[in-house]
Amino acid sequence: MALMENESEASLYRALAEPTRRVILDELQKRDGQSLFELRARLATRHQISSSRQAISQHLAVLEEAGLVRSRRVGRTKLHSLSTEPLRSILERWPFLTEEHP
Amino acid sequence: MTAAPAPTINLTSVLVDDQEKALAFYTDMLGFQPKNDIPMGEHRWLTVVSPEHPDGVELVLEPDEHPAARPFKEALVADGIPYTSFAADDVVAEHERLVALGVRFTQPPTAMGQITTAVFDDTCGNLIQIAG
Repeated sequence: MALMENESEASLYRALAEPTRRVILDELQKRDGQSLFELRARLATRHQISSSRQAISQHLAVLEEAGLVRSRRVGRTKLHSLSTEPLRSILERWPFLTEEHP
Repeated sequence: MTAAPAPTINLTSVLVDDQEKALAFYTDMLGFQPKNDIPMGEHRWLTVVSPEHPDGVELVLEPDEHPAARPFKEALVADGIPYTSFAADDVVAEHERLVALGVRFTQPPTAMGQITTAVFDDTCGNLIQIAG
């Protein structure tokens, strides 16, 4: 029987499949609540990723759609946070089997 | 004929929603000094300078009354983009000083390559970076 991935699972794997998006998650883990400007500066100065503002904005949109990033307004500035909840579905699908190591 | 010297950079500006409020913030909070305050009809030609450089570059606190100014400023603020940047010898100490005065930061001091930067809200519709 073919496994039917639901749309949220598919969007999770799509989001994780791009290296810059994984670096964005790394940087959000270091500090919660970052603006687009801060994230872009971190990518440029720490990872030599000089993507355009539009490109980073699109990456964030894909991550938000997958539930890996949440955003909120503080004052008038949009701040982004890491949300690891969707990763649970990966371990539910392929559980970590400790009993294989006697 | 000898070439004329290049013009001198003597002014920079921030677009503020209220000149009186801006003067208070940029002097009382940031510590700049008033330089020029000339009535210009509805508004003022209002500038401040760094105390260490009273004859240096003047910061113009310019009204943001043009219809395009506010949407532009709001779009920058939404993405956390500072309107301009000032130099600070010690960004961490300056951040501490400003936080104690009640200034709100969107980004605390963060190492960005060779420099450290922080970003705060000037309460006049702009985010401002300090870097050093």
